Amino acid sequence: MPERVLLDWLYVAVFAVVGVVMATLPLGIVWLLAPRVELPQKRMTYESGVVPFGQAWAQFNIRYYLFALIFVLFEVEVIYLFPWAVVFRQLGKFAFIEAVLFIVILGMGLIYAWRKGALEWV
Amino acid sequence: MNWFVEILKAILLTVVLFTFLAVVAAMLGVLAERKISGWIQSRLGPKHVGPQGLLQTVADTVKLLQKEHITPLNADALTFNIAPVMVVVAALLAWMIIPFGPAFGRVLVVRDINIGLLFFIAMASLIVIGILLGGWSSNNKYALLGGFRAASQMISYEIPLALAMMVPIMMAGTLSTVGIVEAQAGGTLDMGNWFIFGGRFQWRGVIPSVIAFAMFLTAATAETNRVPFDLPEAESELVAGFFTEYTGMRFALFQLGEYAEAFAMAALASVLFLGGWHGPVLPGVAWFFIKMFALVFFLMWVRWTYPRLRFDQLLNLSWKGLVPLGFLLVLLTGWLLV
Amino acid sequence: MGELAAFIILAIVTLLPAVVVVTNRNLVRAAMSLIPSFLGVTGLFVLLGAEFVAGIQILIYAGAIAVLILFVIMLTEGGTGLAVRQVNEQRQWGALTAGILTAGLVVILLGTPWQITAGTLPRSNVEAVGIALLTDFVLAFEISSLVLLVSLVGALVIARREQ
Repeated sequence: MPERVLLDWLYVAVFAVVGVVMATLPLGIVWLLAPRVELPQKRMTYESGVVPFGQAWAQFNIRYYLFALIFVLFEVEVIYLFPWAVVFRQLGKFAFIEAVLFIVILGMGLIYAWRKGALEWV
Repeated sequence: MNWFVEILKAILLTVVLFTFLAVVAAMLGVLAERKISGWIQSRLGPKHVGPQGLLQTVADTVKLLQKEHITPLNADALTFNIAPVMVVVAALLAWMIIPFGPAFGRVLVVRDINIGLLFFIAMASLIVIGILLGGWSSNNKYALLGGFRAASQMISYEIPLALAMMVPIMMAGTLSTVGIVEAQAGGTLDMGNWFIFGGRFQWRGVIPSVIAFAMFLTAATAETNRVPFDLPEAESELVAGFFTEYTGMRFALFQLGEYAEAFAMAALASVLFLGGWHGPVLPGVAWFFIKMFALVFFLMWVRWTYPRLRFDQLLNLSWKGLVPLGFLLVLLTGWLLV
Repeated sequence: MGELAAFIILAIVTLLPAVVVVTNRNLVRAAMSLIPSFLGVTGLFVLLGAEFVAGIQILIYAGAIAVLILFVIMLTEGGTGLAVRQVNEQRQWGALTAGILTAGLVVILLGTPWQITAGTLPRSNVEAVGIALLTDFVLAFEISSLVLLVSLVGALVIARREQ
């Protein structure tokens, strides 16, 4: 059995490595075929036709971060539900009640975030 | 077991799957998108290259291969080049677990990984990082905004996506995609007991799976940044969003990644809810493709039906709509099936 | 033999990017290097036969946590891509703490009698985890939901204060 698991993931590793090679291959072809002409304006970033103003890399809207934070917590919760979803029919009523408790407790977290306006995009 | 032979087989399969995605998902997908768009809007779509414009995307690919690579002067060049490759590879890996159907006495699937569906979502979450890095590294304001929008949108819809998957998982009791399709076997004329019709659970299965199917398609549309959730690349406000600065083949790689993911979502939806390869008369592989293309057509149809959402509406739909609904759905399914 | 080779490759994949994480002066690149490092750890979990944990490792660490870290860095000063200062006044204290920690870990590692004989692996990793969570470790399962709730509330309180 572990042999099969190792083989599965060996395939994953090979796919990742060969996939990178396959994806870079067309870039190599481009490098061979495509023209290269240097013009000073060419490598400016596009800003609707005007000369770019300042840097794009700057601090802005921290709101995005709040959503990422909530996301991480709910992702972890979903992870807990995966093994439960697989086995709950083998274990019957008791397992179901456990999940109800689990989800209700975390539902309170969602309600808290909602009431405190953390889910609001301002 | 001969590991060397297995590695060679894996390399061969990678090349086959990559070519399949490049031809079917990217070339055929883009052509179908343009033809269907034309049809819905009462135009002809591409028509001049090859019979009925069939070779249009082939010509486009040849053209893209000759385009110069332009890396913006202020960009983070290394990250700028890694990002599209990362998106493509993650989409390719997601396809590893999609079963095409029985042929030559076995099921056509690259590897039936035990934790298949978890693996699929994990790969979808790696695409987020590729897009975020691509948007940031361009050092362009539109790209940066597009990257952030894309990332926060995709993470917001990852949870509803996982919760919608939970219903078929609960009905089949496994995370393996082949296992889920096999749990939908049977029915008259080998139709299969599709989970959307309740599978073995009759009416008790119908209610949750219909809701889950709708939820899955919504979340999948958002996850692949397609209209009406295409805010990251909203051309009327952000030029092209996170790939504004990408030219030529690297732009094509992003496109390949997106279409490969959209097709993977359609394929997975047919595996989870529509019985995968099960169907009467025709061979299983044919049924798989019919179902997948029907769902791809649906995604393209939606594109010309709904207007784009506002960003706050988009986040509200996920966090105040689909996420609580998803948790309630899991509870409802548990209550009905236990 | 093959296992040893795989372990060495995975250890390199894990450790090399980790060195980049602590030495690179560009914060975004440092955060980016976390991803191959996380994926290397995924491979180590697979070698141990812990497939489910490997899946979690990709989804939570390489997917969720990395996005969170990148968001934080890109939305603040780190996102400017400029080099930041790598060391500060407390360098000696940091080195001392790291040294003590390493020494402690080495002592514990050498002192632990490791059980070499392998147990039997369950047919399905997820099923085994699920059954264990729902029967023997019910309390842990429920408490983890409370821990998650507390961390959510705590994170929101801190994040809102900073606004």
